[in-house]
Parts: sequence; structure tokens; C-alpha cells
Amino acid sequence: MIDLGPHAVFIIWAYLGVALGVAGLIGWTLIDARNTAKKLAALEASRSAK
Amino acid sequence: MSIDTAPKQSWWNRIAHPGQFVAWTRPLLWPLTALTAVLFVVGLWFAFFASPEDYQMGDTVRIMYVHVPNAWLSQFVYGIMAVSALGTLVWRHPLADVSMKAAAPLGALFTALALFTGALWGRPTWGTFWEWDGRMTSTLVLLFIYLGIVALWRAFDDQLRAARIIAVFTLVGAINIPIIKFSVDWWSTLHQPASVFRADGPRMPGSILTPLMVMFVAFTLLFLTLHLKAMHTEIKRRRVVTLQRKAAQGASS
Amino acid sequence: MNAFAAMLGRELRLALRGGGDVLTLVLFFVIVGAIVPFAVGPDKALLERIAPGIVWIAAFLAMLLGLDRLFRPDYEDGTLTLLRHADLPLSAAIAAKVIAHWLVSAVPLILASPVLTVLLAMEGDAFWRTVLSLLLGTPALAAFGAIGAAVTVSIRRGGLIAPILIAPLSIPVLIFGVGAITATQSSAALLFLAALSLMAAALAPFAAALAISSAED
Repeated sequence: MIDLGPHAVFIIWAYLGVALGVAGLIGWTLIDARNTAKKLAALEASRSAK
Repeated sequence: MSIDTAPKQSWWNRIAHPGQFVAWTRPLLWPLTALTAVLFVVGLWFAFFASPEDYQMGDTVRIMYVHVPNAWLSQFVYGIMAVSALGTLVWRHPLADVSMKAAAPLGALFTALALFTGALWGRPTWGTFWEWDGRMTSTLVLLFIYLGIVALWRAFDDQLRAARIIAVFTLVGAINIPIIKFSVDWWSTLHQPASVFRADGPRMPGSILTPLMVMFVAFTLLFLTLHLKAMHTEIKRRRVVTLQRKAAQGASS
Repeated sequence: MNAFAAMLGRELRLALRGGGDVLTLVLFFVIVGAIVPFAVGPDKALLERIAPGIVWIAAFLAMLLGLDRLFRPDYEDGTLTLLRHADLPLSAAIAAKVIAHWLVSAVPLILASPVLTVLLAMEGDAFWRTVLSLLLGTPALAAFGAIGAAVTVSIRRGGLIAPILIAPLSIPVLIFGVGAITATQSSAALLFLAALSLMAAALAPFAAALAISSAED
């Protein structure tokens, strides 16, 4: 790892914060997509069962 | 040989069919994701290993590589929302509703990240996390507008009706944002001397420009990928709601 | 024009019939302004310095208070649906409502503002600038408020969400309003304030009408 100078704390926190934020966003998008797809599949299954 | 009797439709009309849109754009998702990931790896490598420190700002210049793309996205996403709002109001394009709704939380998060990295950049450069500087202040106001729009989406039960109302508010916001920007600039110059950091300040050498541009494209693609995925989810959610309503009607009759 | 005047008259009669409302609004305005010295201490120099801000915050909050009355009763009893099908365009009817709202909720505040300027130790000049800035700025507050109220009218608990939407839009009004009271840049700020009010007042009826007709479809 390179030397980030006297302000390394701020740089690391900035990247860490952005990484966490973006990871959260990706995770939320995927979980939301999966839940909705599951719900849709269940509903369509029950519709075709009738 | 069969004769095609269906009326000819332009791609614009055909893409208005949500199922068609999902079918057409799903193959785009994986390439977009891969491209975004590669660009992030390259961008981060440039940001940390292949770019020198700035002679004035030192290593803190590396914060810029995540700050500037987020700040750009905070405005770009609002632009997407405003264009979608026009689509909702003028053409009643069903996908515009979906695009508007999917973009709002993404824009809110990118704006929050722009503020967060801006604060962390401000501490070593200005000596304070928060400065009531024109740009930071108007970004904060933009975040409030985003959060208001997200809250508005959640407050409505009927999402179809919500779309047109929120489109009106989004456009009012779009007209107002330049005014807010102007007034905040006027206000901050009235109350404090011009800040140390200026847009035309330190000239950017190529060694800084390269990682910046790569990260810029990477973040924009990240947004586009997430936006597309969120749009697909929203289309499915609407189908779920429709099916649930049908099931409830079937049960009651 | 006749229909417009009739609409304005109806709104004014309705608002003034429950005369208590106007009085409550004025009391709220004065009390918000008078409560600040208790929070920051009776330091006259400090109070004089922050007085413009206090007056504007009090006015902003008082204007928010009356907003829920602007469209909600008419939405709930179906008057808005009737207005949509009336000869008078909906935007004109809404313009009448906004003007009436300004007359019954901003004008009393402006009349009551001398009380606040005395309590907050403002000087004669600053007093006149306060009255002028409120006179020029409150139409913009009423207009933005009308947009917020129209957007939230079909939400059952819209009263809570409207202020969140209106506050960011109103920031320029607060900035120029306070700037117009502070001596240094007064005339420029007054001009901006007037421009803002004109623009907001021109835009708001159409935006609000669009929002309301979308809510009813």
C-alpha cells in the first residue's frame, strides 16, 4: 500500500464510506429484485393452479 | 407463409410495453455490470497507484476521484428524473413513471455520498467538515428535495396516480434548483469571503485527469446498471400489485 | 373575470367566517418570534442581529400552518371535482384560492410584524425593510405552499409531508427575504424577492392545477 500522507484517515474513510454506500445500494437493489421476483412467481403459480 | 396483419409500431411504442422493455434490456444487464466492475478496478488502480499527489492538495486529491463523480451523478440523476417526468406528463409513457421512481432513491444516495466525501475533503483542505459554501449548501438542499420525492412515492398507495403528481413536483423542483443554486451562491458570498477552493483553481494535469475520467465513467455506468435493474424490479412489482388485486377480486366475487 | 371574483369572494368568506383562524395564525407568528429570546437570552445586540431571520422563520412557519386548509376541505367534499368541470379554468380557480390564502394568512402577519420588530429591538429603518420584504416575499411562500398542498392533497396524511416538500423550495425566499432586511444588499435582494414572487405566482396555479387534476383521474 502506498503512503497516503498526513491525511490518510480522511482518504480511507471517504473511500470506505463510498464503498459501503454503493455496496448497500447494490445489495438493496438485488434483494428487492429477488423478493419481487419471488412474489411474482408465487402469484403466477397460484393463478395457473386455479 | 403468414401475413403480418398486426399494425406496424415504432420502437418507441413497442418499448412502452413494459414486458417488451424488460425482454429487450435484460441482455444488457450483464455486460453493463462487467464493464462497470472493470472500470472500477482500473479507476481504483489509477487513483491509488498510478497517480501522483497534487502539489497543492497532497494526497487528499485522491478523495476527488470519488467525490466528483458522485457530485455529477447527484445532478445527472435529477436530470434523468426531470426528463422522465416530462415523459410521464406529455407522452404518458408508462416506462417514464417507472424510470422516475427507480431513479429517486439512487439519486438520494449519490447526493448523500457527494456530501459525505465533500465533508471529508473539506476537513483537511478547509479545516472543517462543514462549510456553508455555496456548492455544499445547494447540494444539501438537493438532497432534501430527493428525500422529499422518495417520501412522496412512499406516501401514495396508487402508484399510477402518484407518478403524474410526482412528475409535477419533480419539474417544479427542476425549475427551482437553478434558482436555489443562484440564491445560495449570493447568500454565501454575502456572508463570507470566497472560499479557498475554486473550480478554476488548481489546473488539472493529465495524471489526475485520467483516474478522474475513469471513475467518472465507472460511476455513471454503475448508476445506469442499477437504474435498469431497479426499473425491471419496479415493473415486476406493478405486475404483483395487479395480480394481487385480481386475486382479491376473484376471492370476493 | 366575474367567476374569478366570485371564487375569490367565496374563499375569503369561508376563511373569515371562522375568524378564529386568522387570530390563531397571528398569535402563532408573534409567539414563535417572541419565544426565540428565551432560547438565546435577552442580549439586545444579538437579538437585533438575528431579528430578520427570526421574523422570516416565524412567517414561514405560520404560512405552513394554514396550508392544510387550502385544498383539503374542497378535495374531501368534492368541490375540487366540480371546479374541474366549471367554466372557469381550474388554474384560475386555484389562483383565486392562492390569492385568498395570501390575503388571510400573509397580510395579517405583515400587519402584526411591528410587534415582533419592537420585541426584537429592531430600528426604524429595519422595521420598514421588514414590512417591505414580507410584502414582497410572502406571495412566493404562498405560491410554493400551494404547490406543496396540491401535490399532497390526495394523501390521507399529507399535512405531514407537505412541509418537507415546501421547505427546500422556499429557501431562496428566506435567503432574499432576510437579505432584504439586512442593510448591506437590501435593494438587490428586494428585486430578487419580487422576481421570485412573480415567477412563483405565475407558475404555481398551473402546477397546482396539473397536480390536482392528476390526483383525481
